[in-house]
Amino acid sequence: MARRRFDPSAPIFALFALLLAILVFLPMGWLAVFSVRGPDGAATLTYFAQLVTDDEMVRPLIVTLIVATSVSTLCTLVATPMAWLIARTDMPFARPIRLLVMASFVTPPFLGAVAWEILAAPNSGLINQVYRLAFGLGRSDRLIDIYTVYGLILAIANYTFPYVFILVANGLDRIPSDLEDASSILGASRWRTAARITVPLVLPAIVAGTLIAFLQAMNNFGSPAIIALPAGFHTMTTKIWSMFQYPPQPGMAAAAAVPLLAVTIMLLHLQRAALGRRSYAVVGGKGAQARIIRLGWLRWAALAYCGAVVSAAVIFPYIALILTAFAKTLTITWAPEGFGLGNFEFVFFEFSSTKPALWNTMLLGVMAATAGTAVTLIIAYVTSRQAVPGHRVLGFLATAPIAIPGIVFGVGLFFAYTHPPLVLYGTLTIMFIAFLTTELPIGYQQFQAAFRGIHIELEEASRILGATRLRSLRDIVAPLITTAVVSTWCFIFIAAIRELSAAVLLYTANTKVLSVVIYDLNENGELGAIAVLGLLMLAVTFAVVAVAYRLPRATSIPTSA
Amino acid sequence: MKAYRTGLLALALSVAAGAALAAAPAPSPLTPQLIEAAKKEGVVHFYTAVDLQLAEVVAKQFEQKYPGIKVVVERNGSERLFQRIGQEVTANIHNCDVVNTSDAAHFVRWKKDKLLTPYVTPDIADNFAADQRDPEGYYANWRNTLSPIFVNTKLVSEAETPKSFKDLLDPKWAGKLTKAHPGYSGVVMTATFQVSTALGWGYFEQLAKQKPMQLQSATDPPRKVSAGEREVAVDGTEYLAFTLIEKGNPLKIVYPSEGTPMITSPAAVMAKAPHPNAARVFYHYIHTLEAQQMLVDQGGLRSVHKQVKEPSGRVPLSKIKLLPEDAVAVEREAEAIKRRYRQIFGT
Repeated sequence: MARRRFDPSAPIFALFALLLAILVFLPMGWLAVFSVRGPDGAATLTYFAQLVTDDEMVRPLIVTLIVATSVSTLCTLVATPMAWLIARTDMPFARPIRLLVMASFVTPPFLGAVAWEILAAPNSGLINQVYRLAFGLGRSDRLIDIYTVYGLILAIANYTFPYVFILVANGLDRIPSDLEDASSILGASRWRTAARITVPLVLPAIVAGTLIAFLQAMNNFGSPAIIALPAGFHTMTTKIWSMFQYPPQPGMAAAAAVPLLAVTIMLLHLQRAALGRRSYAVVGGKGAQARIIRLGWLRWAALAYCGAVVSAAVIFPYIALILTAFAKTLTITWAPEGFGLGNFEFVFFEFSSTKPALWNTMLLGVMAATAGTAVTLIIAYVTSRQAVPGHRVLGFLATAPIAIPGIVFGVGLFFAYTHPPLVLYGTLTIMFIAFLTTELPIGYQQFQAAFRGIHIELEEASRILGATRLRSLRDIVAPLITTAVVSTWCFIFIAAIRELSAAVLLYTANTKVLSVVIYDLNENGELGAIAVLGLLMLAVTFAVVAVAYRLPRATSIPTSA
Repeated sequence: MKAYRTGLLALALSVAAGAALAAAPAPSPLTPQLIEAAKKEGVVHFYTAVDLQLAEVVAKQFEQKYPGIKVVVERNGSERLFQRIGQEVTANIHNCDVVNTSDAAHFVRWKKDKLLTPYVTPDIADNFAADQRDPEGYYANWRNTLSPIFVNTKLVSEAETPKSFKDLLDPKWAGKLTKAHPGYSGVVMTATFQVSTALGWGYFEQLAKQKPMQLQSATDPPRKVSAGEREVAVDGTEYLAFTLIEKGNPLKIVYPSEGTPMITSPAAVMAKAPHPNAARVFYHYIHTLEAQQMLVDQGGLRSVHKQVKEPSGRVPLSKIKLLPEDAVAVEREAEAIKRRYRQIFGT
């Protein structure tokens, strides 16, 4: 037996694991410390006691649960039929609808919330104006009021339902048609087949989608920050953020972050259990083309339904943003002289934050995407090839951030890097760490899927011929996964440039990013400037999405929390 | 005239005040060497709570006058700026050169915490009355504004227009009011102190029953009333309203009969300013007659610079009943005010 050659990759991976562990657990450790440390430095449980007894804390907790439950229910009820219609029926314009769902998926929720403010503010909202005009009603009549709990639910659901849609649509794609065919051949009616075969097979995906929607809604910061405050209530995320106002209450903020963290971890566990069942259900892999169900005249009703959903999520909000971007005054008048380029002039030539924020955003996006792609590529490789002892630890570390809500991670980072030995607060580095860590799971999921498609034999051949592991990685694996690399890069980039909940706690004046600038402008009521910057952000996002989708192999959509 | 002390008497007073306090530094002239050194630094970071668009105008005019020195505007609510500077100082970050908020209490605190540097320009020494600047020269009042009531003229008839804060408690205004937040806005922090002192906290408890739409920045209520989102604003900045009215928005200012809160907004040079020379040149500039007159003419602010002329068409300050200001008390009670406000209004 040949003597084992020293493999230089092992210590590199060990170092990697250590670095990742610090990235993820140092902030969380500080969070834990602060949540039980009183002002005098002694251990205390008063913050947790306050969490369940103080009305100022209990109310946001209840509101958050109501919002998250309603959003996930609504999303599931709306998106499941949509996914089925698009994946399995002859509904016309399925492709444009799918693209619009993707547009909703990449729209930053805070931007969607601002757009919905413009649409559905109780008095000045465009929808209410049109409604009053159409029915000749008075000022006190309104169709919809965004500054309410249900308004917030609506605003969040519009940008959360794509998670359910994508999971269910992918689930439907994966169900081999032979099973449904077998059912039909055995004499079952179309509906019986649907009820007995299709629904049970796709149920895990529906459950997983519901849970993800719940988490998205619960941990959302941007939408409630824009809608809940004028409405006069807090959710947990806005409450945590408000604790960093003067005088800051870091201990209380840390304690308040714990329920979010606990619920997220619990639900992710449930989700894995749900999706785990799916794996044996799709043992056949992707079979023949799915049977397309003919809807007859109903297909127009189906289109109307899907059209209504994407109108609420994308078409109307985008129109509202475009109108606002070009409007000269605060009230949008329909006369042509009411429109001009004043807001664009202000944003691009007068507003001194635009250029640095744009630069910071792009820089951070590129850095986080590049580093994130590299890191997750290596981890996914190691875990899929089980290359080093303890590879499971690496996999766990790359997935762990999914369980940490953005605002919670922001709080943790704030504690970890605002005091010695490592003072990073106020630098782009801390933002980079935040973006990189929170986007690790997206990249990891992408590459895991990619590596499953490349058989290990190829590398083994290369190793037998004398190449080191790093070399076979470079010469054999790298060329085969270029597509996955590019798509992962794009996904991390998009996720990073829209990040708000961690950024809002970590930025300083010269490390501002676009999302924070938009958020600040909202507090100032500068809707015109927000609309211009928001459209700019969407343009960049769509350009990057277009690159990702031009790639030869269709990529799966990450479903992170 | 309460805030404007003009003429020889005031001059004599300020000279006397200056003589009494030996600690106040002599006015520093704007020397070519200073400007040269500022140009080498190339940039000044201006943390301000003034309305963003106006802040950018100040920046632009300064840049035109002193080419080679860029102004980076960090605009945020006063209370948010206060918290941000505190956070940055704790982390040993010194990013701010010149600071301005609408909560004079902040300057009391910052001076105590030794975050400011004493610096007096000739304009401040000659044209700002003694009660408009720190006796030891750590800060000077940069701008004033009022926080009156705002009414949308399209939605509210002349006859129905409220005349006082108490009028807003009429049930007919339920759901039709909006206001900004003292946890965010220094203007509203000061106004909340003044109104609660004059009318008692019971006033706010009753006001909360009217379910006002809660905004953050004091520049937002006049905007939301202009846009017709609500009929009446309980507070907000007068200066932005002037600008909005001049742009043709259906907005009217009402000075409540109980008295209108007046808010002074000081400015100061930071002790550890990263661009100390540029900071001083900028501090010179913003107190000049030219800059002050611009704030009044274009920005709708009130200035305490003695040579500034108030444009016609605005109610002069002397004709408005004002509520008394007490920065030291606000500094002392800020936390309690915010807590009380949260309890009453729910956010």
